[in-house]
Amino acid sequence: MSTTADFSQEMDGDACVLTFSGCLTLARIGDLPQRLDGVTGDRLVLDLSRVDRMDTVGAWLVHKLARDRGAEVRGVDEERSKLLEQVSQADQPVKLRPDRTPPLYRVLGQVGDATALAGRTMLGLLGFFGALLIASWNLIRNPRRFRGNAVTQQFEVVGVHALGIVGLMSFLVGIVIAQQGAVQLRQFGAEVFTINLIGRMSVKELGTLMTAIMVAGRSGSAFAAQIGSMKLAEEVDAMRTIGVSPMEALVIPRVLATVLLMPLLGFYSAVISIVGGGLFAWLSLDIPPVTYVQRIREVVPMTDLWGALIKAPVFGLIIAMAGCFQGMQVEGDAEQVGLRTTAAVVQGIFLVIVLDAFFAVFFSSIGWV
Amino acid sequence: MPANGKPPQTIITVRGLGNSFGDQIVHEDLDLEVRRGEILGVVGGSGTGKSVLMRSIIGLQTPTAGEVHVFGEPTIDREEGELQDIRKRWGILFQGAALFSTLTVAENVQVPLREFYPRLSPGLMDEMASYKIVMSGLAADVGPKYPSELSGGMKKRAGVARALALDPELLFLDEPTAGLDPIGAAAFDQLISELQKALGLTVFLITHDLDTLYAICDRVAVLADRKVIAVGTIPELLALDHEWIEEYFKGPRGRAVESAIGADKSKAAPPTGAGARKGPSASGADPGKGASG
Repeated sequence: MSTTADFSQEMDGDACVLTFSGCLTLARIGDLPQRLDGVTGDRLVLDLSRVDRMDTVGAWLVHKLARDRGAEVRGVDEERSKLLEQVSQADQPVKLRPDRTPPLYRVLGQVGDATALAGRTMLGLLGFFGALLIASWNLIRNPRRFRGNAVTQQFEVVGVHALGIVGLMSFLVGIVIAQQGAVQLRQFGAEVFTINLIGRMSVKELGTLMTAIMVAGRSGSAFAAQIGSMKLAEEVDAMRTIGVSPMEALVIPRVLATVLLMPLLGFYSAVISIVGGGLFAWLSLDIPPVTYVQRIREVVPMTDLWGALIKAPVFGLIIAMAGCFQGMQVEGDAEQVGLRTTAAVVQGIFLVIVLDAFFAVFFSSIGWV
Repeated sequence: MPANGKPPQTIITVRGLGNSFGDQIVHEDLDLEVRRGEILGVVGGSGTGKSVLMRSIIGLQTPTAGEVHVFGEPTIDREEGELQDIRKRWGILFQGAALFSTLTVAENVQVPLREFYPRLSPGLMDEMASYKIVMSGLAADVGPKYPSELSGGMKKRAGVARALALDPELLFLDEPTAGLDPIGAAAFDQLISELQKALGLTVFLITHDLDTLYAICDRVAVLADRKVIAVGTIPELLALDHEWIEEYFKGPRGRAVESAIGADKSKAAPPTGAGARKGPSASGADPGKGASG
């Protein structure tokens, strides 16, 4: 029964009769389409009486011959004529591919789109900052609407749960600074300055910066994904209709928690980093811990710590805002959540590093060197 | 083509099927047969494991007990490669249509063709995608669109187009009319019924839609108490005098549909267009017409 589709060709007067046999089905069609293209002759007659089975593909090939070559179809029972009719009804010009644009236009278009998008995002972020300020002001005027529980919960998620990973990272970074610094400084016989390097780098720059990157990866992305999926599930809309402001319920607790916890995490990171460096100095450079701590207190000025503590909340604000803003932008489908989460992390880290550069210049110019 | 005149062949045989998730037993000793060329509706309360049954049959869920044969071949515990020949012969519409989001509608329809018949000429593949898209009742301009640009009903139609891409003998539909408006649902019923007739399909249809059940299903299987408690036409099921079945078909919603279908069938000539459109039972009457026309 399951034989490959085939046809034989013979002349009947001036008509060319194609007698099909076997199964005119997708699985058995073989090279029939190509062979049919090779058939010549003005008047075609298609005889289907010896066909075992026919599906839409077979019907389509028959229909195409009838349509393009004016072939006459013979030997069809009721079922098959219905199928042929279905297929011929479905024969409409259908657009399958998007219109093609020339590569140059496409590249120009992409550059334009990207620029417009970057501009819109910055504007949107600014607008979001404004909305955040307004919501904060409203909250200050009506302190009873403040959601203590939500903030406490975010403290736990953003801060307490991050202690492990931030600690481990800082410890390792401390060791790396010490090891790399020692290798270089040994060439000048100035190994002891490794302590200055560890102390100042940890407190002034790396503690806060690395923590900011870690928080952006941990919490900024989580904010975007959480708020984004809430937007998809229409939870945010439901909140609005019940009279709960999403700004107050979702955004402010997250922003507040991040702003308050970034300095603490940054300080913690700097301390652990100094501990890591100290351990390396003790084991590898034979600097006893007491000397190490004493030297650290001598070489790290308080201004380094003040600078770090000023920077950290700003970084926290940026990260939390980028996360919540991107989350609120989610619309449409689940793919958006992924895209927006990525955007939140990238924007958060990018803005943090840009601001860090500004802070560095600013602190130098006011004499905090 | 379905075997004309011959006794009905079974296409799907499920014997002693058991499924459980942790402590929760979904199926226990479940038997079911689906005959060639029929539309079998599967009904059951929420959480009775209708989708799990479908997933067990198509080999996405490994049951804890029992055996499943499709086209006479077992589908459980088979190597990936061994099922390929069966997979060519069935098409599946998942609940959310499960279109590939990174591909256009036309590309979605062509995925099974490219996978199973890579030697088809690109021209023929495009033509096939075109007529499948039109057959599924989609507009001619949706080919280059992405699933995210489509409405729910259009997604389901595109899902059907993909399920039909290989001209399958067996079609699985998981709640095809859920979330569609009554007009869209009625049109969908009609589409399935027409395709089933034209292509000689066997359809395994999970649904909650009483209109669909009355309009296009040849037999209905009722899932309750972890097994299929009854299979038959709706009058046969009602004759069983089972409490849940009574409530399902004779509840307020069931009665409305039944009376609408009954009224539609008893009248040779339906009332004039305006009257029919104004009538509150228009949603019920439409699929009735679809099945008879």
